[in-house]
Amino acid sequence: MSLDDPMHRVQAHDGQALWRSEFDAAKKRAANFTTLSGGALEPLYGPDAIADLDHERDLSYPGQFPYTRGVHPTMYRGRLWTMRQFAGFGSAKQTNERFKFLLAHGQTGLSTAFDFPTLMGYDSDHEYAIGEVGQVGVAISSLEDMETLMSGIPMGEVSTSMTINGPAPILLAFYIACGENQGVDPKLLRGTVQNDILKEFQAQHAWLVPPEPALRMITDVMGYCSERVPQWNTISISGYHIREAGSTAAQELAFTLANGMEYVKRGLAAGLDIDDFAPRLSFFFDSHLDFFEEIAKFRAARRIWARKMRDVFGAKDPRSWMVRFHTQTAGVSLTAQQPENNIVRVAFQALAAVLGGTQSLHTNSMDETLALPTEKAVKIALRTQQIIAEEIEVAHVADPLGGSYFVEALTNKLEAEAERYFAEIDRRGGVVPCIDSGYIQREIHRSAIAYQAAVERGSKKVVGVNCYTEHDKGPTIDILRIDASVEREQHERLAALRKRRDNARCKRELDAIRDACRSKDNLLERFVAAAHAYCTLGEISDVLRAEFGVYKEPKIL
Amino acid sequence: MQRKIRVLIGKPGLDGHDRGAKTVASALRDFGMEVIYTGLHQTPEAIAEVAAQEDVDVVGLSILSGAHMALFPRVRAALEKRGMGHVLLTGGGIIPQDDMKALEDAGYTKLFGPGTPTEEIAKWITAQMEVRWQKEGASS
Repeated sequence: MSLDDPMHRVQAHDGQALWRSEFDAAKKRAANFTTLSGGALEPLYGPDAIADLDHERDLSYPGQFPYTRGVHPTMYRGRLWTMRQFAGFGSAKQTNERFKFLLAHGQTGLSTAFDFPTLMGYDSDHEYAIGEVGQVGVAISSLEDMETLMSGIPMGEVSTSMTINGPAPILLAFYIACGENQGVDPKLLRGTVQNDILKEFQAQHAWLVPPEPALRMITDVMGYCSERVPQWNTISISGYHIREAGSTAAQELAFTLANGMEYVKRGLAAGLDIDDFAPRLSFFFDSHLDFFEEIAKFRAARRIWARKMRDVFGAKDPRSWMVRFHTQTAGVSLTAQQPENNIVRVAFQALAAVLGGTQSLHTNSMDETLALPTEKAVKIALRTQQIIAEEIEVAHVADPLGGSYFVEALTNKLEAEAERYFAEIDRRGGVVPCIDSGYIQREIHRSAIAYQAAVERGSKKVVGVNCYTEHDKGPTIDILRIDASVEREQHERLAALRKRRDNARCKRELDAIRDACRSKDNLLERFVAAAHAYCTLGEISDVLRAEFGVYKEPKIL
Repeated sequence: MQRKIRVLIGKPGLDGHDRGAKTVASALRDFGMEVIYTGLHQTPEAIAEVAAQEDVDVVGLSILSGAHMALFPRVRAALEKRGMGHVLLTGGGIIPQDDMKALEDAGYTKLFGPGTPTEEIAKWITAQMEVRWQKEGASS
């Protein structure tokens, strides 16, 4: 019997009706059958669910517009994803040792976590830094600290990601200057600076100056790097923090891409050519617990961005159309209760990222609800990626879930939800007005509250927290501790630096930055010069705060 | 029950993680308390100042920056300086078990870790305040 045979069609139709009647009559578990984001799910997806899907228009092939199936023709047959564990704690010397440990165990790229004073543009000896130096990341107050951080690491060969936003241009200047002192041409430097200030105002909250001057510094970075540091990813447009702050998958997708489009508009307004800077925009997403929803989210992100860049913004270079992205597993999904279970959560989340076609991946360590990870916990997290890459045979076929009725339907649904948010953001005047009014922050907060309520009601199950609980004996695993001597020694180093350097030259460089703030001169160029003079992060940031003002968050609660 | 319990939820230090603080603030409001949220990046002095101005009964600190061992004592000292030493000081965040115990033993009262139901926090605050108000009632 051929597929066109009328009998076949009758049987198929009967099969569907029969399944439906059997399904309806059967007893079902009392559970919430929704996505993690709360969207209703059908019990089965079939051809009807994707009747409108057009293969050429909506899927195409890996490496081809709209990149739903991946950005490379070969995907992981060409090259595995970069295994990039986020690391940083204590002093630059301690983090330098952790970097070398990770490289020795097969990690292929570096990723730097900074402490809060650094993230907020304060030196380690500022009053606001008391108790915070080196706690959640490494303390970098000057080029000298950066030189220690990268000591013995060939900067022309490794790629380095730096998770910093408000003062991102200053830390990038330290990195460029450090490379120059190592004898490395900036043209050879590879890496990423997060530099995504819009999501800071929306979710992560480490800012330096208000949105408008912050956006000007970002276009300065894009302009400077497109000429002089051409292999550098100038922004990592990040959904991760939006999701961790409580958003749904659709909100993560929508707000991240809306931010991305805002950066594109700013670059164009600054007179840059879209195909000069758009290929250096990269993305960073969360991989949360809902396996299929996450895979659909990654696929939808690629398709939406490609369409916007080609059809709305008129980019001509295919590299401008591509979403290349880093993924981190969901920190917020880890539990302090029965922490070893986190290894399993992380493995599933990492698998979703790989099946979704990520370019690089950080797997969280089991102990991160308690403190920064120990070496042992980090190694298990890295090994988790290696097992996915080497043992379970999932990296051989591009977009292995493409064509799944369910995954395609979810991909379509997420794209449609993102489009609804884009329209709403436009209606409200754009991304910056939506930050000023607190709209985006409130949307995220609303989702966070709904999720917490679902966990407390028990409609969302969390093993070890609201089911399969054990009498709490407290965590039994070792944790990493940051010694208080880090802060003291950092004070001593800064005091010695301020004594030793040419302070008259520092003053001239800081004055030059002040002048550049008042003109249209490229600020990154001034920051690199100031870095070479060993001006500190706090000194440069103080000039920016004085010139541009400080940000005051809108009240949303 | 007498008047509403007045709570200040504070974010001391440079830590920007406010999901927990805002979730707890919203939940305590739903449990009938009057809740003020300081917003981000507050110094211990600024938190104590608001606590005194608003004459709150409870100060809850949310700290995910690892700076808890420095910040709890500094907020306590700033409160005492303003004659607010009686305030019920509590909090939560990413705080290792040993540090929680050390802070509790030093008299900063109970701290709550990740995964704590908001109802547990609300009930604990309510029970503590009832005991305090009964004592006040008995002594006046």
